[in-house]
Amino acid sequence: MTLASPSDFQAPQQSSPDQGGPRGLQPEGWLRYLSFSLDHKVIGLQYMVCGFLFYFLGGALAGVIRTELASPISDFVSRETYNEVLTLHGTVMIFLWIVPVVNGAFGNYLIPFYVGARDMAFPRLNAVAFWLIPPAGILLISSYFIKGGAAQSGWTAYPPLSLTTPALGQVIWIISVLLLGGSSIFGGINFIATILKLRRPGLKMMQLPMYCWAMLGTSILVVLSTPVLAGTLILLSFDIIAHTGFFNPALGGNVVVYQHLFWFYSHPAVYIMVLPAFGLVSEILPVHARKPLFGYTTMVYSIIAIVVLGLVVWAHHMFTSGTPPWMRLFFTIATSFIAVPTGIKFFNWLATLWQGKIALNSAILFACAFIVNFVFGGITGVALAQVPFDIHVHDTYFVVGHFHYIVYGGTVFIIFSAVYHWYPKFTGRMLDEHLGRLHFLLTFIGFNLCFAPQHWLGLNGMPRRVAEYDPSFTTLNQVSSVGALMMAVSTLPFLINVVVSAFRGEVAGDNPWKALTPEWLTSSPPPVENWIGEAPLVTHPYGYGVPADRLDLQMVTAEQIWSDPKP
Amino acid sequence: MTSLTSETGDLAQISGEVDIAGQGHGEPEHGGHADARLFGLATFLVADGMTFAGFFAAYLTFRAVNPLPENSSYELELLLPSINTLLLVLSSFTFHRAGRGLLRGEGLACRRWLVITAALGLAFLAGQMVEYFNLPFGLTDNLFASTFYALTGFHGLHVTLGVICILIVWWQTRSAGRIKASAPFGLEAAELYWHFVDGIWLVLYGILYLL
Amino acid sequence: MSDPAHLRGKCESNLNFLPEEAFESVVTSLPALISIGWAGFDPCPAAPPVPIPSALITLLLGMALVLAGLWVGYNVSLLPLDASSNAPVYDALFKVLFSIGTILFIGIVGLLIFSLVRFRRRSGDSGDGAAIEGNLPLEIVWTAIPAVVVLFVGIYSYDIYERMGGMTPLNDHGAMHASQPAGDHQHHSDSHGSNQAVLASSSSAPAAAEDQELGRVWGGIGVSTDEDETLTVDVTAMQFAFIFHYPDGNIVSGELHIPADRPVSLHMEARDVIHAFWVPQFRLKQDVIPGQPTLLSFTATRPGTYPIVCAELCGPYHGGMRSSVVVHEPAEFDAWLSKNTPPAPATVASSGSTPTA
Repeated sequence: MTLASPSDFQAPQQSSPDQGGPRGLQPEGWLRYLSFSLDHKVIGLQYMVCGFLFYFLGGALAGVIRTELASPISDFVSRETYNEVLTLHGTVMIFLWIVPVVNGAFGNYLIPFYVGARDMAFPRLNAVAFWLIPPAGILLISSYFIKGGAAQSGWTAYPPLSLTTPALGQVIWIISVLLLGGSSIFGGINFIATILKLRRPGLKMMQLPMYCWAMLGTSILVVLSTPVLAGTLILLSFDIIAHTGFFNPALGGNVVVYQHLFWFYSHPAVYIMVLPAFGLVSEILPVHARKPLFGYTTMVYSIIAIVVLGLVVWAHHMFTSGTPPWMRLFFTIATSFIAVPTGIKFFNWLATLWQGKIALNSAILFACAFIVNFVFGGITGVALAQVPFDIHVHDTYFVVGHFHYIVYGGTVFIIFSAVYHWYPKFTGRMLDEHLGRLHFLLTFIGFNLCFAPQHWLGLNGMPRRVAEYDPSFTTLNQVSSVGALMMAVSTLPFLINVVVSAFRGEVAGDNPWKALTPEWLTSSPPPVENWIGEAPLVTHPYGYGVPADRLDLQMVTAEQIWSDPKP
Repeated sequence: MTSLTSETGDLAQISGEVDIAGQGHGEPEHGGHADARLFGLATFLVADGMTFAGFFAAYLTFRAVNPLPENSSYELELLLPSINTLLLVLSSFTFHRAGRGLLRGEGLACRRWLVITAALGLAFLAGQMVEYFNLPFGLTDNLFASTFYALTGFHGLHVTLGVICILIVWWQTRSAGRIKASAPFGLEAAELYWHFVDGIWLVLYGILYLL
Repeated sequence: MSDPAHLRGKCESNLNFLPEEAFESVVTSLPALISIGWAGFDPCPAAPPVPIPSALITLLLGMALVLAGLWVGYNVSLLPLDASSNAPVYDALFKVLFSIGTILFIGIVGLLIFSLVRFRRRSGDSGDGAAIEGNLPLEIVWTAIPAVVVLFVGIYSYDIYERMGGMTPLNDHGAMHASQPAGDHQHHSDSHGSNQAVLASSSSAPAAAEDQELGRVWGGIGVSTDEDETLTVDVTAMQFAFIFHYPDGNIVSGELHIPADRPVSLHMEARDVIHAFWVPQFRLKQDVIPGQPTLLSFTATRPGTYPIVCAELCGPYHGGMRSSVVVHEPAEFDAWLSKNTPPAPATVASSGSTPTA
């Protein structure tokens, strides 16, 4: 008995129309990417490029922050500017980079393939959702240049501070976030409808690739929680413009209510950022370890548990605000429980790697570094969930370190891994592995150098959102800033790789990874209708390692799918 | 291993039966199944409902923990809002009638009921305006006042949008229009939206006026 | 029709993954548990055989890991000096969390690196790995263990929280500090006289007069000891300073002076935006909110000077909003108090006002 091996796949030929040119585009050319295209693949790549542009902007803002913090006094930019920079950094990274890319970019590109559809359920809504983003982003950035400057109250915009800083910048911030939240909601509606309603006949829910479950869970969170943020920001804008007193204590309002409403969205927001990444990891690891995803059913239940629990833990961001003791206790317990389904997922991924045949390419390196970073961030997260622990470190650099380990060390590392994994599919060409490993090394080392020291800083007295600090913290801050510099430098090999490989990369073929999910069973890049002929019915997307002659299966080659099967 | 099999394991079996996603029944112009569009709208209404839920939560919390100034109270006049509530509930029934008329091919009946529904909606809005003008408090007077106007105003915007949708649907149900018995989505969508707005009002009425 | 279930059974049928040793190692460590699967995993016969190390070695590795984690947690000091009665309580929790975290992190990273080395794809090998889709008993184990750990951590931290005073009711103070007219006021160093905050002649009291009536408390940590002993200080936070008002003795200060080993209760309110009062050495923090008073109660144990840091973004000078808390020996504190108490104004027409030295 022999195992099925990739050599059993007949090497698929290039049969898609146009392989030349930047990103191996379809005949209409690259201008499609600047148009109101309804093609989910085009929209996905629009989200991707737009997201990365905002990533570089957010990174530059971080550069300003770390440059300021390289010395204990406020000497780089004015203090007001510094507060604007940190507000924009957080807002851009969350709403213009991570949420659009893990949801909009990969979601839009991959979900139709995974459910066996030609496109998303609502292609026009899809395009609208994307095209809300560039104007909202430009609006947000432009607020920096107006009189009074951009919003200065952090991405959390707590009143009364957000009511006392220059109003126009804050209102522009509110409008921008409302637009971006709307975009996110439209996307969420699209994903739910596509996954639940557009599945190829014969494809059951429990046969879907894990990324679909992750996106379904994420989209449910988006639909349930983002509107609450919208309502809250509308009330905040009333306070600013119409001088109502919802959150203004001088007018009889209650600032803690704002925090509850804000965090009701913003905690699920972190799962909106991380669950799709979990889904992407579940796609990447089996392919490069050539083993099935371990524990499919439990992974699904874990996602459901995370979605449900994620909606009831928001007030762990408010342990030192004015909340009663019983409330603090409830949220400690609920938050601690989320560690269990999350931990299950990590053990399942480790078990997926165990006894596999792991190719140590850039995609896997980033995915494994994700595991390391996220476990670290998750452990500090469980610590932070405990009220007495949090009372000391709330609003300090400990928290900054924690969430960067989760969002950057977690989600962003996965975004990179996913780019290395799916770039061949998007463009038809492979990324260079040498540059990929250089990128990985610089990013991993720089990232840990930047954010690990911050935990000590927070424990020992450095609060967050400050431009000046106790001089005894200088050395560690400088170490952190060097790490940030390394992270900045690490984007260079990545950029060069992505741009040059589009023209000169090794031609990828349809399925360079010999993977089993539907997007690999078509050309690279795929044709407009995703497959020529019928959509393949893939009931076992993680069927690696299955001996060919033990199962009653037929090996499917790309050719069989492309030609119309006879009735 | 990819499995491209039906029950009998025969590759060829698949081809004839497959309803390629997006090209089955329903409006092909949108590339989406008609079911999916109503489902999508329903999902959107869940989202919209959550916005209201946030407002309701804020209102109830304010009421529980923030004291009102000395000489104000939560008491509101009930007559006009109650009439408004009846109008709105009635309008849901009339809209439903319109839908039935469309599906039975009774274009005239359908359009008549649509006009009645729109009129009821406009009457509701008029009643709201009258109430606003007669209230003893303004937007910024106190927390309760602000929340009251925010909630009812946001709802009123939804009613206005709904009335506009009804009129558009009325226009499209002409014999030359795009909504017909075989393509009722436009009316069904507007009707679902209207029932949602009605439902939200009932909750609002209960919380703001009765509580 | 492909149904991996029969395959699953096939792959698992050779598993003897719950040997007797396993139950002993359950008690010892998580990595040892993973080693159960390791030692017991017998992959599909078609896959190349994995040499199975003895359960003893993995058990020893697991024990070493736990000991290393405990050592790190209890010996690597990451926290500043402890200067309040709840700081050692906090530090105990920290050590437990740090130990558990170290064990988990090193364990998982170790497993990962081992996998990457041991199971990396050799060049030229284009075959697949083992077709293992799941292992329900193993999954139950690694669901149960984290759940137990998390439950333990939660219960333990509840205990710590209670010992820190976190569950003490907050609103017993509502009636405590009603403003009283100037009259006899006793110097607090007299026996147990000052169980009510007594104001000096109101006209000379600064604008801090308005925060004498505490009203409803919105959050914080309440006083759990005898009211008589507690030193009450009113804290007003504003952009960008903390002002401390001692109702007893009518002292207004930019620094917080308190005696060691005596309960202190801070009644806090902000003037403009949200600030936060944080003393790292006390391990305590509480937001100071406009219009919504909060409370922070503690006992300082170690004389010295410690920073008070504002820990909530309050504007451009948030980074510079700092003060100090000076913990005195009790005698020193009395001296400071008497030195700083303003004399009772002689012009106020209040007969019987007692001048204080």
